[in-house]
Amino acid sequence: MPSTYFIPDPEGRTPSPEGYFGAFGGKFIPEALVAAVDEVAVEYDKAKSDPEFARELDDLLANYTGRPSALTEVPRFAAEAGGARIFLKREDLNHTGSHKINNVLGQALLTKRMGKTRVIAETGAGQHGVATATACALFGLDCTIYMGEIDTRRQALNVARMRMLGAEVIAVKSGSRTLKDAINEAFRDWVANVDRTHYLFGTVAGPHPFPAMVRDFHRVIGVETRRQLLERAGRLPDAAVACVGGGSNAIGLFHAFIPDPDVRLIGCEPAGHGIETGEHAATLSAGEPGILHGSRSYVLQDEEGQITEPYSISAGLDYPGIGPEHSYLKDSGRGEYRAVTDDAAMQALRLLSRTEGIIPAIESAHALAGALEVGRELGRDGLIVVNLSGRGDKDMDTAARYFGLYDTDAEVAADEAGTTAEIEGDAK
Amino acid sequence: MSGNVRLLNDTLAAARSEGRAALIAYLPAGFPTVDGGIEAVKAALDGGADVVEVGLPHSDPVLDGPVIQTADDIALRGGVKIADVLRTVREAHAATGRPILVMTYWNPIDRYGVERFTAELAEAGGAGCILPDLPVQESALWREHAEKHGLATVFVVAPSSKDERLAEITAVGSGFVYAASLMGVTGTRASVSSQAEDLVRRTRATTDIPVCVGLGVSTPAQAAEVAGFADGVIVGSAFVKGMLDAPDDAAGVAAVRALAADLAKGVRGQV
Repeated sequence: MPSTYFIPDPEGRTPSPEGYFGAFGGKFIPEALVAAVDEVAVEYDKAKSDPEFARELDDLLANYTGRPSALTEVPRFAAEAGGARIFLKREDLNHTGSHKINNVLGQALLTKRMGKTRVIAETGAGQHGVATATACALFGLDCTIYMGEIDTRRQALNVARMRMLGAEVIAVKSGSRTLKDAINEAFRDWVANVDRTHYLFGTVAGPHPFPAMVRDFHRVIGVETRRQLLERAGRLPDAAVACVGGGSNAIGLFHAFIPDPDVRLIGCEPAGHGIETGEHAATLSAGEPGILHGSRSYVLQDEEGQITEPYSISAGLDYPGIGPEHSYLKDSGRGEYRAVTDDAAMQALRLLSRTEGIIPAIESAHALAGALEVGRELGRDGLIVVNLSGRGDKDMDTAARYFGLYDTDAEVAADEAGTTAEIEGDAK
Repeated sequence: MSGNVRLLNDTLAAARSEGRAALIAYLPAGFPTVDGGIEAVKAALDGGADVVEVGLPHSDPVLDGPVIQTADDIALRGGVKIADVLRTVREAHAATGRPILVMTYWNPIDRYGVERFTAELAEAGGAGCILPDLPVQESALWREHAEKHGLATVFVVAPSSKDERLAEITAVGSGFVYAASLMGVTGTRASVSSQAEDLVRRTRATTDIPVCVGLGVSTPAQAAEVAGFADGVIVGSAFVKGMLDAPDDAAGVAAVRALAADLAKGVRGQV
């Protein structure tokens, strides 16, 4: 019986046996990791064709994660987008609050099949870290999460969640102290502890087989969306829109639509303060092909191959690389990628909150901002589906500071001073 | 102009004929400055190193521990460029006549251009390259150009490498094989891993080219121990740490010379 929620690419079109999507991908790893990465590939291949693996994963995705995730039409939001119809794929409603859990549960099962007892992972926004810590709690695995020091501050709520779940969270202080550096540190740990440790990589980048395997675990997003949209709107969308950092939620949404030539696949990269300022993480818009974290793909780098420091208000998109399949989709013309600034994303975050009562993650807000643009381009007949990859609870501190939602410093100081202030006020 | 792969081969063969292991030092270019780095390389050779690997500093040194990460960071903030790495090779080789290799992550070479880099390294008098994150399966283009320019391609093998894989790697490597003594990143360790000797034995079963051991070797006693079963002893972090701990650049260079002299005794069993 075919599984319901674990739906790997049935045609095996990509990648090649060496892990290449066109010119991108491959396996650029130190010799010390070759055996471990090969083991993941072999074990994943076995699992893919094992009905017991599919049954176990299906059960978790249905009864633990809560799949299928809802598809929500958002007409009040869409009114701001030229009147096109917009639907949101609600990956934010999954257990742990984002799409990340799809991949994590798959790889956690794989970890057990490989007989490994310890899991490490990188995290940017903390969503992958929380999902990994969750699965480790569920399966009784030791868990260490690497997170850039800057991200531990801007996503403090998720650090607390991971620790509550029993994970060790290590703040990485090297380099730009963000996601890239967390991955570097996780690789260093993996090289030293590979015997008992699985590196539960969180996105569709890294050495083969990670880009294809992580994509397969997220493929359910697009498969469900396609079916739900045909039922609800009676046709395929004009555009499928998602944010891209490493690119896992985007490939999850896009992949099932690749054979549908009339569905535009639109990835929204973080333009930060604007590409022209140099403070951005728009890898496909401004990068060049190179090697980062185990595969060939577009990379933000200088003319001598040094990786440049990315910037985005969104910790989850603040990464100078991108999954190789996105580079392939870009160069082949099948995918379109546009850059969305911090400001545009934050405005979209507030707009969705106020028009639909849904507070999205800042990452997903980049896709919403992109959808507003695409909607205006398409006009009233347009039909757009957006992957709402995560919920925004973790971002409330950033959003509150951005929009000035906290009481002002003066008011807070007065509150803390308590009755004194009131008495003085009364006296006047 | 052809690179100095033969000089490297001859140097390692000479050490073998003296019944000892070769001493190979690693120092990053541009650390603490480009000129200071060149002085450090010359001091290592003057102190007794047979070969030097010049590191090409990288923004994302995933295989390096904190000591070399710090040195790379200082070098990059000082603005080190690939041209400076090549100048380091050129001046150190011209001053000493010894074999100098470059050790680098793959992306800088990929971006700079394989053809251009191999031509320029050979022209600078370089003997070859160690490419720790370029697996043999992805190395065909590099090897074609390295061979054309007379440069060695040194591959790294690890305790986790299976025997069939060792054979694949040594079949196409040249100069020497870099055997990582343990599973981990660069940095000093209290003792030599027990995995090292077994890896050297398994590697030798596949090839006649010299097998040199690196990662975690820092003291003369450890050098002597490794020299007992390997063709060469590679020391990196201990040199860099000596420079980081020194009160000034001159003292750093003196520390490199002194450590090289002590290690040179180690590889001759004089400890």
